[in-house]
Amino acid sequence: MKSAVIVFPGSNCDRDMAVALEKVTGLKPTMVWHQDHDFDAVDFIALPGGFSYGDYLRCGAMSARSNVMKEVVKRASGGVPTLGICNGFQVLTETGLLPGALMRNAGLHFVCKDVKLSVENADTLFTADYMEGEEILVPVAHHDGNYFADDDTLDELEDEGQVAFRYLTDINGSQRGIAGITNAKGNILGMMPHPERMIEPALGGSHGRKLFTSIMNRLG
Amino acid sequence: MQKIDDTEITPEIVKEHGLTPEEYERIVGAMGREPNFTELGIYSVMWSEHCSYKSSRFHLKKLPTEAPWVICGPGENAGVIDIGDDQAVIFKMESHNHPSYIEPYQGAATGVGGILRDVFTMGARPVANLNALRFGEPNHPKTKHLLAGVVEGVGGYGNCVGVPTVGGETNFDPSYNGNILVNAMTVGLADKNKIFYCAAAGVGNPVVYVGSKTGRDGIHGATMASAEFTEDSEEKRPTVQVGDPFTEKLLIEACLELMDTDAIIAIQDMGAAGLTSSSVEMASKGGVGFELNLDKVPQREENMTPYEMCLSESQERMLMVLKPGREDMAKAIFEKWELDFAVIGEITDTGKLTLTFGGEIVGDMPIDSLVDDAPEYERPYVPTPKREVADVPAADDLNKAVIDLVGGPHLCSRRWIWEQYDHMVMGDTIQRPGGDAAVVRVHGTDKALAICTDVTPRYCFADPVGGGRQAVAETWRNITAVGGTPLAITNCLNFGNPERTDIMGQFVGCLEGMAEACIALDYPIVSGNVSLYNETNGSGILPTPAIGGVGVMADSSKMATIGFKRVGDVVLLLGETKNELGSSLYQRELLGDNSEAPSAPPHVDLALERRTGDFVRTFIENGQVDTCHDLSDGGLIAALADMAISGSLGVNVSVESDLPLHAALFSETQARYLIAASAETAEEIGKAASDAGIPVAILGKTGGKRLRVNEGAVDITMNKLTKAHEGWMPNFMANAS
Repeated sequence: MKSAVIVFPGSNCDRDMAVALEKVTGLKPTMVWHQDHDFDAVDFIALPGGFSYGDYLRCGAMSARSNVMKEVVKRASGGVPTLGICNGFQVLTETGLLPGALMRNAGLHFVCKDVKLSVENADTLFTADYMEGEEILVPVAHHDGNYFADDDTLDELEDEGQVAFRYLTDINGSQRGIAGITNAKGNILGMMPHPERMIEPALGGSHGRKLFTSIMNRLG
Repeated sequence: MQKIDDTEITPEIVKEHGLTPEEYERIVGAMGREPNFTELGIYSVMWSEHCSYKSSRFHLKKLPTEAPWVICGPGENAGVIDIGDDQAVIFKMESHNHPSYIEPYQGAATGVGGILRDVFTMGARPVANLNALRFGEPNHPKTKHLLAGVVEGVGGYGNCVGVPTVGGETNFDPSYNGNILVNAMTVGLADKNKIFYCAAAGVGNPVVYVGSKTGRDGIHGATMASAEFTEDSEEKRPTVQVGDPFTEKLLIEACLELMDTDAIIAIQDMGAAGLTSSSVEMASKGGVGFELNLDKVPQREENMTPYEMCLSESQERMLMVLKPGREDMAKAIFEKWELDFAVIGEITDTGKLTLTFGGEIVGDMPIDSLVDDAPEYERPYVPTPKREVADVPAADDLNKAVIDLVGGPHLCSRRWIWEQYDHMVMGDTIQRPGGDAAVVRVHGTDKALAICTDVTPRYCFADPVGGGRQAVAETWRNITAVGGTPLAITNCLNFGNPERTDIMGQFVGCLEGMAEACIALDYPIVSGNVSLYNETNGSGILPTPAIGGVGVMADSSKMATIGFKRVGDVVLLLGETKNELGSSLYQRELLGDNSEAPSAPPHVDLALERRTGDFVRTFIENGQVDTCHDLSDGGLIAALADMAISGSLGVNVSVESDLPLHAALFSETQARYLIAASAETAEEIGKAASDAGIPVAILGKTGGKRLRVNEGAVDITMNKLTKAHEGWMPNFMANAS
C-alpha cells in the first residue's frame, strides 16, 4: 500500500503518522510538502494532526486553501482513500470534503487524554477490522474538537452510517458524541482522536492499530 | 524616517536602567568615555543580574560540573551529556517568573519558547518539556487566575510546537502570592558528533539573522527580571514578550535542516536582551568583534531606534555565523519555511561590537568590557540559623488527616493541569505525567530518558544546606524509582533579594547542599539559570532551587511505574523511617504550623541515598520489579495512597515501628522506596537488602478496595480516597477566569 502524508507548516503529528503507517503496513509513506501542486500516485492519503499555519484564522482554514489541498480534494473526490486526524479532520471540514465544523471544546481547555470510543460502523474501509459496537481506547489532544452540524446533516450522517466513531463520554461538547465521520461514498474519514498514538502497548495500548490494518487489508 | 535616540544620560536615566552610580562609573572607565543612550542600554542589560550573574557567579563556580559523560557543562546555551551510541542529550531549565506574574499566558508561553530555543540552538531536536510552577496560597485572590493563565500558556506554546510536556511539579505557598515561579525545562536529543556552539570565528564571515521580525516587545525584560516587584510592576506589561509557537515550530525545522549541512560555524538564540546579548555572547566566546548594520535587521514596526532594536526581546529569533558562500543555500531553507533571513553584519578583528545605522556609527563598545568587566559581587551573607528538631503531635483523626493531605492542594492529582498539555505527541512518551519521573524513548530504539523536576522549598527555607541536598537527591530518587540511571541535572535557582544578607545566606547554603549531593551521587550540574529578586514589596519567596534531573535506561521495557498491578503483590518498604516530621507537609499544612522559625527538616544521608537507590534500581533493571515509588512529601501513607490510586487497587498493610503511628505514616525521612512484587521476589529482595545493610520491612499485600493500615487504624475506601485525590483541583479551578 503506497501512502502519502501531507505536511503543512505547523503539522506536528506528521512523523507519528508516518511511523504508524510504516509499523503497520511495512512501507514508508511519501511526505508531501504543502506547496507541492502534485505528488506521486498513492493508494492512500493521510492528513496529520498539528497546528497547520498556527491554527491562525480558523483551525484548518488556511491549509484547506493550500496548493497541495487542491490536488488532495481532486483525488479524494475521485475516490482515493483519505484520512484526516485531528487537525487533518479540521482541514477536511474546511475543504467541504466532510460536512460540519469543529468548534472550540465546550470546556474551553485543550484536552489530552485517553478516551473510550465506540465503533459505530464497522463496515467502512477504515473500520472493517473492528467489530460493530466495539469499545476502544484512543487518545485525544485538541482544543477545537467540538463537532457541530445542523440537525438535518446530523440525521443524514446517522441514517447513512457515516458516523464511524462516537465518544462514550462527553469530552468536548460534540453533537451526538461524534468523534469521527466518513463522507457518503465512504472513502474519506475524519476523526479527532489519534489512532496513530495507540499502536503498541508501550504507548498505552494498540487499539488504534486496526484502523490502519483495515485500510491495508482492503487496499492490499 | 530613521531616528537615532539621543536622549541625554542623566543620573535618573542611569537609575532607570537598574545601574548604580558606581556601575555607571565602571562603564565610563571601561569605554574610556561616556556611553551614548544606545550603549548605556546595552551595558545595562549585559550587566543586569539576569545576564551577568553578578551576585551569583562567585558561588556558582563552586558547583560540580564534570563527569566522564559530560560533553558540555554550564556556559553554553544548554548542558550536553553523552548517553552512548553516539547520542547526546541536551537540556536546560530557565525561569520566566516576573513576566508570568504580570501576564501569565504570554509569560509562561514565552518561557517555554525560550528554553526550547536554548536546546535546539545546540543541534538537538527537543523531545520533552517539563516545568516547575509555584503559586501563592490557593485562597489568594490571584492564584486561580495565575494558575489558569500559566497552564494555558505552557500548553498553548508546547502543544502547538509539537513537543510533549511530560512532567513537572506545582506547589502552593503564601510566599509566592506576589511572585509566582514559572520554570520551564526542555530536553533534546542530538547526534553526539553534531553539537553546535556559539563561539563565532572567521573574520569577514557573515552574521545572519533568522526567524521573526524585531518589534518593540520585551524591551528591558532582562532589567525587569533583575529587580524586585512593587505594586506598579503591573504597569510593566508592555515589557512582556509575545510568543508565536507556530513560528517557533518553523524555526526548529529550518534550523535542524540547515544543521544537517555544514554551513553553520556558530549559532545562538536571541533570548534575554535579544540581539545584544546574542551577538556579544558569540563574539566574546570566539574572541572576535562584530559589526552589525542595524538597517538590515528585519523590523516589524516602523521607526525603530537602534536602542529599541538592540534591547527588543521579540521572540523566535536566532543569530548565526555562516561559512562564506553558504548564504544562498541557507536562505533557501529559511524561505521554504517562510522565515526572515538577513545578513546583518560580519565578524571583525576589532574585538568590538560596532553598530551602524543610517551610515553612522551608533555604538562602539569593547566586547570584553560588556562581558568580563561586568561587576561581580561577593555579597555579604548570614547563614540560616540551625533549627530545632520538632516534636509534632498526633492528629485527632488519622483517616481525616490522610484524606485532607492526599485530597488537598499539596498532594492532590495534577491531572487538571497535565491534561491540558499534549504529553504524547512525537509518539515516544512511555511514562506519562503522574508518576515519579516521565519516561521518553529515544526515537527508534529501546533506550529511554527518565526526566523529572523537583525541590522542596519548605526544607530549603528551614535548612538551606539540607534542602539543597534534598532537592538534588529527590530528583535522583525519582529517576531511580522508574528504573533510570541518573546522569546529570540542570537547575533554576529562584531566590529573593541577594542584597539582603539572610537571602544571600539561603542562596549560599542551598548551593553548598546541592554541590555535596552532586558529588556524592555522581550527578553533575550541566546547565542552569539564576533568578534573584523574587520579592514583592520586600517580602521574599521561599528559597526555591528547582532541579531538573535526566537519567537513562537501556531497556525501556523494564521501566517501573507507581501503580499497583496485581492482587496479592507483597508491599515492601526499603529504608528506615525516623521521627522526622519537622517541616513536613503534615506539620506545616495539616497542623498549620507555618511559623517563621520552622523546625528541622529530614536529614539527608547521601551515602545511604545512593546505596538504597542503586539497590532498588538493580531489581528494576533485571525485570523483577515493575512497581516502585519513592517516598517524599506526605511520607509512607501518601506514597501508599498514590500507588493504590494509580493502580485502582487497594492495599492492606501493618506498620510495625517504635515510632508513634502518625510519625511512622507521615514522617518524611529520605532515602526510602516502596516496592510491590511477587512473594518470591519480595523474599529475594528482603534477603538481599539485609545482606546489603539496607533496612527492609514487609508491610502487607495489595488487594481489595480499601487503603487499610494496622487493622483499621487507617481505613478508607478507594472510592473515597480517589475522589478526594482527583477532585480537589478541578473543584478549585471550576469557574476560574
